[in-house]
Amino acid sequence: MELILALLIGVLYASGIYMMLRRSLVKLIVGIILLGNAVNLLIFLLGRITKGEPPIIPGDSDVFLQAYTDPLPQALILTAIVISFGLQSFAIVLVKRAHKMVKADDLDEMNTTDAES
Amino acid sequence: MLIAVLSGFIFSLFLVVFGKFFKGRFSLAASILPLSLFIYFCSFLGPISSGEIVSQFHPWVPSFGLNLSFTLDGLSLLFALLITGIGFLVFVYAATYLKEHQYIDRFYGYLGIFMGAMLGLVLSDNLLSLFLFWELTSISSFFLIGFNNTSSESRKSAVLALTITGTGGFLFLAGAVLLGWVSGTFSMTEMLTMREALHGSDFYLLIIFLLMGAAFTKSAQFPFHFWLPGAMKAPTPVSAYLHSATMVKAGIYLLLRFTPILGNHEVWNTTLIIVGGITMFYTAFHTLFRTDLKSILAYSTVAVLGLLVFLTGLGTQYALTAAAVYIVVHALYKAALFLSTGIIDHQTGTRDVTRLSGLRKVMMPVAVAGVLAAISSAGIPPTIGFLGKDLVYEATLGMGDAAIYLTILVLFTNVLILYAGFVAGIRPFSGKLPDNLQKIKMPGPLLWVPPVLLAVLGLLLGIFPALLDAPIVRPVVEAVGGDGAAVQLKLWHGFNTVLALSGLTLGLGFLLYFIIKPSQGKVTAMGRLEAISPKNIALNFGNSFTRFSSAWTGVFQNGFLRNYVVTIVLFLVILVGYSLFSGSEGIVIDWRSLSKLTFYEIAIMSLMFMAVLFIVASRSRLNAVVGMGVLGYAICLLFVIYSAPDLAMTQFSIDTLTVILFVLVLARLPKYLEPSNHARKLRDGVISGSFGLLLALIALEVLQEPVNKEISEFYAENAYVLAQGKNVVNVILVDFRGADTWIEITVLTAAALGVFSLMKLRLKKDERRINE
Repeated sequence: MELILALLIGVLYASGIYMMLRRSLVKLIVGIILLGNAVNLLIFLLGRITKGEPPIIPGDSDVFLQAYTDPLPQALILTAIVISFGLQSFAIVLVKRAHKMVKADDLDEMNTTDAES
Repeated sequence: MLIAVLSGFIFSLFLVVFGKFFKGRFSLAASILPLSLFIYFCSFLGPISSGEIVSQFHPWVPSFGLNLSFTLDGLSLLFALLITGIGFLVFVYAATYLKEHQYIDRFYGYLGIFMGAMLGLVLSDNLLSLFLFWELTSISSFFLIGFNNTSSESRKSAVLALTITGTGGFLFLAGAVLLGWVSGTFSMTEMLTMREALHGSDFYLLIIFLLMGAAFTKSAQFPFHFWLPGAMKAPTPVSAYLHSATMVKAGIYLLLRFTPILGNHEVWNTTLIIVGGITMFYTAFHTLFRTDLKSILAYSTVAVLGLLVFLTGLGTQYALTAAAVYIVVHALYKAALFLSTGIIDHQTGTRDVTRLSGLRKVMMPVAVAGVLAAISSAGIPPTIGFLGKDLVYEATLGMGDAAIYLTILVLFTNVLILYAGFVAGIRPFSGKLPDNLQKIKMPGPLLWVPPVLLAVLGLLLGIFPALLDAPIVRPVVEAVGGDGAAVQLKLWHGFNTVLALSGLTLGLGFLLYFIIKPSQGKVTAMGRLEAISPKNIALNFGNSFTRFSSAWTGVFQNGFLRNYVVTIVLFLVILVGYSLFSGSEGIVIDWRSLSKLTFYEIAIMSLMFMAVLFIVASRSRLNAVVGMGVLGYAICLLFVIYSAPDLAMTQFSIDTLTVILFVLVLARLPKYLEPSNHARKLRDGVISGSFGLLLALIALEVLQEPVNKEISEFYAENAYVLAQGKNVVNVILVDFRGADTWIEITVLTAAALGVFSLMKLRLKKDERRINE
């Protein structure tokens, strides 16, 4: 399973970068989202994956009595998911706005900060 | 003393707020500050001359060895008096000189900072605080030199000055840190006791190389001399202040300060003699080829600085006494000459000496100042300049075998300095007043009193050398490690070689003055050699560097997002890939450590693979968004299976939101572009593919390493015990790392505000026009 998951992560990274290298603005956002998913899964995998042992202390106990999944990567990923949502939504609205103002849908036309008169 | 040093800075801060009210008549009131400082430092004359050394200590950053410890000995006092005394006259003078100027408040602000920095420089005992003040003088002089910031020449020379002195600052910092490391202290008083250890240190040569670099750049020694004549673009009061008494003497101060610590070593002495000797002769010679009064004064200033370095290099009793006297001599006559030149410029509108003559008829007091200063610079008795020149000859004559060569070198320099002084101080006032200057008005007393005062002081001190000897010169000589009583200052030494040399200097100087007239032709002749001058070489270096860096920036910061991504990715792939495959024996996967596959997982994984392919290959935006949704939910399932219920919930809600947002604005988003060409697709595919492969390999490699669960175990064990929560992930987020989560919420809020304002932003008409 780990082997396939690692492969999937590789594919996600590759497709994310590939989409970012396109000239289209929308593809850029898609690329960023793919990359975000890839990072989350990478952290998840490197924290070791186990089945059916969620890091929740049983109801009648103060501490874990049996094995449990590492909670730390999960906390990190949870934060990452939320933050990347902030980034993505901002990027989506920014692209929409930029498209409206500059009338360009090509990243290569947006390579200067100066207003060309 | 702390207050004395800080008062300049406080004064400038005050001007930031009250600058508006300050303009006009109040600017004269500003001169109270340097005057009271001058009186304050005068009160130390008694104690210092009786051999006392006043110290004050204020800890600042003790852990770095950085303290504001001030020590006032003879050398510091001499400089402090020059800084505040001439500062006072310059403050008074500038009030009238720049009366009409729009930004006179700024001018006084810069001047205040500069004065404070100079005082800090000469009073600091701590090498690090000395460095700070050293840099502050560079920075504040940058603003003063470039004060006429509408002139590009002025800006250029300010940048040039800052570049040269700033480079010196770097050398100084390196030298100071090295010196502090070798000696274990940053206090110069303590270093005095470690003379032997420092001389024997392996780093001795490096230290003196660095410190000399700092001193030579600051004091405009060859080949760094060119910034000083360039800095003449500054308003004349600035030139008078910076170049006669203060800033450029800082390098001399540094050399003198370190003479008792690092001096009297063969390399130290020889280097200073050679550099000082070249500087004084080279730049004194240059005065013959100038017609601009300030330019002439600038070159003769550099020549005197060279002479001072040269004397410090000789290092004998006579040489050190001569240096001490010459600092005073030069400050007095050069400030007077600069100020009188400023008046001429202010009243007539020109500084070209070929067009000026007979001005004594319209401005007699200025002529008096000019002539007195000129004869002091020439060393004609009974001015103090005569004393200074005598001591210099005494010093060179006492140098044994080399005496004859050194004396001849100094003789020629003195002749040329005399020439420069006469051209600047006498020529504009002598002869017939040309018609176009008939209507020139007499300047106000606030302009002409300061130069007259300085020039008369030069005369008085010459007649009564005792005024200078015991109170000032002796403590200076003692501070630089000499015996203060060894040399007596007196006007008359009897008939001897020195007197003959003085006579020879005067004779040759007069001859030169009457034979050689400044002319435009000579300026042009010198201009032809400009191409090989150190200034031009430095400028060319600077320009090529600018070109190189803009080309470099052009290549890497080209504005195409794609190229940035490619650069970063390729860099990572090559570097990380290399270290991954070079060191280890390749990747060994322990198959037993991997978990088995079940039907569900196979289904989910193949769903994800397909979704990714679909997203990449699809030509429709809507399809891509749908693909994103499928991928997100599949990841969600994965989290469910692998014991991460919180992640699954988060992923589910966030993914839903993203898809909704995307679909909402999809209609307003640009359509996909026509697919780009195949070669580019292939190239990007290879780049991104190799990156993905690298990441996958790294993931597998990491999985083979043992995992450290120390932190996780702490959280798991204490989640309920300390934080009363059973869901460990939850507890980490809202309790153990609560502050992080709080910041995360802030970030999200900022993003939400950004989204909201981008959606609601309505541009005004004119703004819209710009964009269209």
